[in-house]
Amino acid sequence: MDGCGDAAVIYTQARPMPDLLARESPAALRVGADERLARAELRRQVGRLERQLAGLVAEGFGRVVIEHRVDAVAAEPRPLDLGELERLRDELADRIADARATLRERARTEADNRELLRQMIASPADFKWVQVSRDDLGEPGCGHWHSRPRLGPLGMLMGWWRVRVSSGCPLAGRLAAVEQEVEGQASEKGTGAETGCVPVPTAPHRRG
Amino acid sequence: MSGGAAEPQIGWEPAPEQGWVAPHLAAEFPGLGIAWVEVDARPGRSPEPVRRRLRGLSDRFYGAQAIRLREQPVPWAYRVFFRQIGLDPDRTRTPIEQLAFDRLHDGAFKSHGLPADALNVAIVETGVALRAFDADRLEGRLCIRDSAPGESLAGRPGELAQGTLVLADERRPVALLFGGTAEGHGVEAHSRRLTIVAVQVKGVPQMAVEEALWMAAATLR
Repeated sequence: MDGCGDAAVIYTQARPMPDLLARESPAALRVGADERLARAELRRQVGRLERQLAGLVAEGFGRVVIEHRVDAVAAEPRPLDLGELERLRDELADRIADARATLRERARTEADNRELLRQMIASPADFKWVQVSRDDLGEPGCGHWHSRPRLGPLGMLMGWWRVRVSSGCPLAGRLAAVEQEVEGQASEKGTGAETGCVPVPTAPHRRG
Repeated sequence: MSGGAAEPQIGWEPAPEQGWVAPHLAAEFPGLGIAWVEVDARPGRSPEPVRRRLRGLSDRFYGAQAIRLREQPVPWAYRVFFRQIGLDPDRTRTPIEQLAFDRLHDGAFKSHGLPADALNVAIVETGVALRAFDADRLEGRLCIRDSAPGESLAGRPGELAQGTLVLADERRPVALLFGGTAEGHGVEAHSRRLTIVAVQVKGVPQMAVEEALWMAAATLR
């Protein structure tokens, strides 16, 4: 205990409390130069994180929604202080961590779907009516793999299942022709028929 | 404005004039700079070659490029700088990202007449942030500084918060940095001499800044 008491006496003598409490301005803190270096380092980190986040957003585009927004710190442009830069850096780091987790989860789902497709192609009868789209695999473009019976009901009864591969995206010209046809029919009937558009499922599913 | 930098000449372009940055800001933001050229030009409908060029740019610019834009060095540099001055670049978009957004939204780079089209062509080609002022309304050299107590921006209610980053001439702020322009300093129908200003940030090469200014000036002449 004596040792502790001595330490307290030394502390009080070296750093009186009023001096510790009267730290209101950066000048009083005597850290101006260090803070500038710290701000420069934080700005560098913000730049690096921003680039990483941009890469992750681009990587996930079209596959998964990446939350990348970090709200403005100021209403109008001004130099940020150390605390604001730290908060900005931390928020960017959080976004990156979330984005990586989201992309990892999505990659896992896509890997599962690839494995499902491999098994489906190997044994279509075990995956009746299952449809896997290119989107499910994280691949660009349209198209899907669909486990269907050959020759319709007869194939169902006989167990003749196969995987059909769709022919990809409809051509723009053909879509335009369909729209014109639908519009023409609607105008003939005088009804507001909707354009015929078949939704593509975003996840593999079983039918029947 | 000082200068005489806008004499139309073929095969030679004068160097853009360099403005100054307040020393404490230059220390905080190394690489921050401002440069400009002056051009004799009349605002109005863009001539067919400019409109054709915008159409050509539209054909070259796709959604995939817009997504990858923020990974490219110059657009990324502006994005980072926006973050560093407290702006959210997804809300207050950088000039090049705003144009990319408009291109995807409108289906093309729409013509907005001169000088906007000239600036847009240069921004899309180089990524450098440009803006135009009425040269006859500016006094002295341009600079980037923070606002002093009691200063305001013409046409805006209230005073600027102290420390707000502004573009200023030798008398007063003429615009927020990457923000609104003071009333009476923007390009109007009666403007006859324009100042095309480029704001450079860390990571944007000087050559890109000069190319952007020359491209905009050449399109306006």
